[in-house]
Amino acid sequence: MQIETDTSGGYLAVTVTGDRIDAAGAIQFKEAMRQAIQDPASRVVLDLSRVAFLDSSGLGAVVAVKKLLAPGRDLELSGLTPGVAKVFRLTRMDSIFTIHSVLPEPLRDAG
Amino acid sequence: MPAEAATGARMTIAGDPASVRAGLCALMAAPPLAGLPSDLRQDAELVLAEVLNNIAEHAYAAGPGPIEVQLLPDRGGFACIVRDRGTAMPGGTLPAGLPPSPDGPNPPEGGFGWHLIRSLVQDLSYVRDAAGNKLTFRISRC
Repeated sequence: MQIETDTSGGYLAVTVTGDRIDAAGAIQFKEAMRQAIQDPASRVVLDLSRVAFLDSSGLGAVVAVKKLLAPGRDLELSGLTPGVAKVFRLTRMDSIFTIHSVLPEPLRDAG
Repeated sequence: MPAEAATGARMTIAGDPASVRAGLCALMAAPPLAGLPSDLRQDAELVLAEVLNNIAEHAYAAGPGPIEVQLLPDRGGFACIVRDRGTAMPGGTLPAGLPPSPDGPNPPEGGFGWHLIRSLVQDLSYVRDAAGNKLTFRISRC
């Protein structure tokens, strides 16, 4: 599972560069995220815009990352593709995440 | 060759997550799934992933075995038969698939699979016989 991180916007943006988070990759995804969130940024946004497919194992892994950040920090999501958005909607797990259509604008004082 | 076989698909997939991923990608790339509208394709990929990974994780918990998948064009979508030789469903019936509640301080990390399957398929049925488990369902617009 490949991810890329970017803090230039004043928050931690984590982009999943693989096109699926499924049962075969959920554990690796969770481990990669565990490393990425060592960065102390208070705001963490997971960019899923390149993920075409997410199954229930992938969904569980995303929820697990949210719980790893708590208390004090939270996981936001960005760029859900139609199939991924449907999984969140059908399970009502879209109700526990702040979901952006694209990555948020950089903070004004980001540098 | 019968016309049905020309556009159907039949595949045997090993019951482990990596083989399920590879087999699923192969099924998506061939008829009848390759030619479906994108929304039905999405549903097909998700449902098949849930069904096949459930078998790998639960029916073959004691050790891997083969999963046979058969797909036939049906009513603008497809009908699917999935067979495995693993252990039976608990109680001999399919899980109710009630969705876990997202509310509360400890949101669920699992238990979504059968809810997703039941949300997206028609004519779901399960039979346990001497040959093992047989699951059938249909994904179409009617």
